[in-house]
Amino acid sequence: MVLTFLGLTVVTFFIGRVIPIDPALAIVGSKASNETYERVRAEIGLDLPLPVQYWRYLAKVLHGDFGTSVITSQPVLTDMLSVFPATLELALLALLIGAVGGVPLGVVAATHRGRWPDHLTRLLSLFGYSMPVFWLGLVGLLLFYAKLGWVEGPGRIDVGYEDMVPTVTGLLTVDALLDGDYDVFRNALSHLVLPASILGYLSLAYVARMTRGFMLGQLRQEYVLAAKAKGLSQWRVVWVHALGNVWVQLITVIALTFGSLLEGAVLTETVFSWPGLGLYMKNSLFNADLNAVLGGTVMVGVAYILLNLISDLLYPLVDPRARERT
Amino acid sequence: MSTLLTVRNLWVTHPGDQGDFVAVRNVSFSLGRERLGIVGESGSGKSTTGRAIMGLVGALGRVQAEELRLGETDLLALSERGFRKLRGRRVAMVLQDPKYALNPVMSIGHQIAETHRAHMRAGSRAARLAALKMLEAVRIRDPERVYGLYPHQVSGGMGQRAMIAMMLIAEPELLIADEPTSALDATIQTQVLAILDELVRVRGMGLMLISHNLHLVSAFCDRVLVMYAGRVVEACDSGRLHQAQHPYTRGLLAALPELGHRRDILPQLQRDPAWAAGA
Repeated sequence: MVLTFLGLTVVTFFIGRVIPIDPALAIVGSKASNETYERVRAEIGLDLPLPVQYWRYLAKVLHGDFGTSVITSQPVLTDMLSVFPATLELALLALLIGAVGGVPLGVVAATHRGRWPDHLTRLLSLFGYSMPVFWLGLVGLLLFYAKLGWVEGPGRIDVGYEDMVPTVTGLLTVDALLDGDYDVFRNALSHLVLPASILGYLSLAYVARMTRGFMLGQLRQEYVLAAKAKGLSQWRVVWVHALGNVWVQLITVIALTFGSLLEGAVLTETVFSWPGLGLYMKNSLFNADLNAVLGGTVMVGVAYILLNLISDLLYPLVDPRARERT
Repeated sequence: MSTLLTVRNLWVTHPGDQGDFVAVRNVSFSLGRERLGIVGESGSGKSTTGRAIMGLVGALGRVQAEELRLGETDLLALSERGFRKLRGRRVAMVLQDPKYALNPVMSIGHQIAETHRAHMRAGSRAARLAALKMLEAVRIRDPERVYGLYPHQVSGGMGQRAMIAMMLIAEPELLIADEPTSALDATIQTQVLAILDELVRVRGMGLMLISHNLHLVSAFCDRVLVMYAGRVVEACDSGRLHQAQHPYTRGLLAALPELGHRRDILPQLQRDPAWAAGA
């Protein structure tokens, strides 16, 4: 895990060095004299050998110092921590939709292999796989917001409701519930539901496909035949015996899905003007705000590492064979 | 002796890409409260015969017979629901390898109690007690401890005894044991067979022992059916196996190695296509 993290920082560091953005030039401006430029360059350490520069970068990252954002003039970490909960809220609901919908769908597809529920699932998955998320987002906005008016439009909450509830978790819907303010809750949820559904649909497509594959593998096993021979109901054989063994594999899939949701949020958040990490990174990128972009990249990478850790910790809960190794 | 199981002209067909595959053809036998052995090589249809009786030939497999009857129950007319009530309660099946036939993520005791709960109108406490008693019946010392163990934590022999407990807890009349000892060490084989024998005898059950091991079947069973290519080619009392008529059986017997008679080359089994055609 430490190695993964080091690898991650190496990659982000060198990306930062090879792209044609000169941080010194960005600070002094193009009209500065050569002397000033060289001085600034030495001040921020760009004249040092690369390994030394990397070492200093790593030391700063480990102290939570990602530098200062050029656009907001705030430390990048402060920026990220303030926008991250919005992304987390979006990704969590999307994951919930993906798992709660995708797992049963995959199970039913596997038990009805080759019949209509299977074909329907394949069609849904194929559509989810092949449609670009920004297109789905735009169509969704057009249909459910502009035409039908079922949900609120872009943004996280209506202006009138902003800062109405105290921040506890940073997840607006949860904070509103904690505060007991149901108007805010309803408004926030209404903003949340469309982007979350679209992201959730994409992960549902993936989770359903993986679940189907895992289930087909398990249904062929001898213990399934034995469970039937005991006289158990089809329901118990499928949902308790076979699915119980599928969770072991599904945990990794769901964890990785969550990671890709955080990452996939960049496009969705742009379409929905969702003030999260994705939108922050996109704005930084378009403004050549290097520190912010690299900080965001490290953040998403760290999220992946943490998710892997969590799924490793969850294995023993579903698989008794994993309990002994720890 | 009352007849437990009647099988008359049983055919089992699996549809395949290149036409139907006939796994069992024209098999007839009946079984009382006795031990019947079915021997044959891989693919001879012995396992499929057992599964047909339990209605477990798969969604696509087709079972046809003039008569297929468990006691008074007509298995040919039975729905999936009907079979579900029958499985475990009236006819159960022990599979070959406990490593694969027990659910790896469920404790052994739980799996045994589950059969009890599926068939007996009793609560989870009663099921637990029954499972502990059943573990004792298959001669597991310290049933309390084994109850909470998972399949990967027990040896093959203990796993197979747990499997027997799981299949006998609802007191079925007929047990189909499909190669029950083939995955076990030779020393354990005898123990497990002895336990199986005792339980079947004490409970007055019928037993169908499916095996490729001619020695084992003739030593353990009252009667033997020899199957080849989906057909029964020989049926006789196991004591009279040495008088068997069919050339296939004679070939099998001749191929058995004997202690004290050192033979450099075992005779090769000659197969005649006419046997499969029903000669």
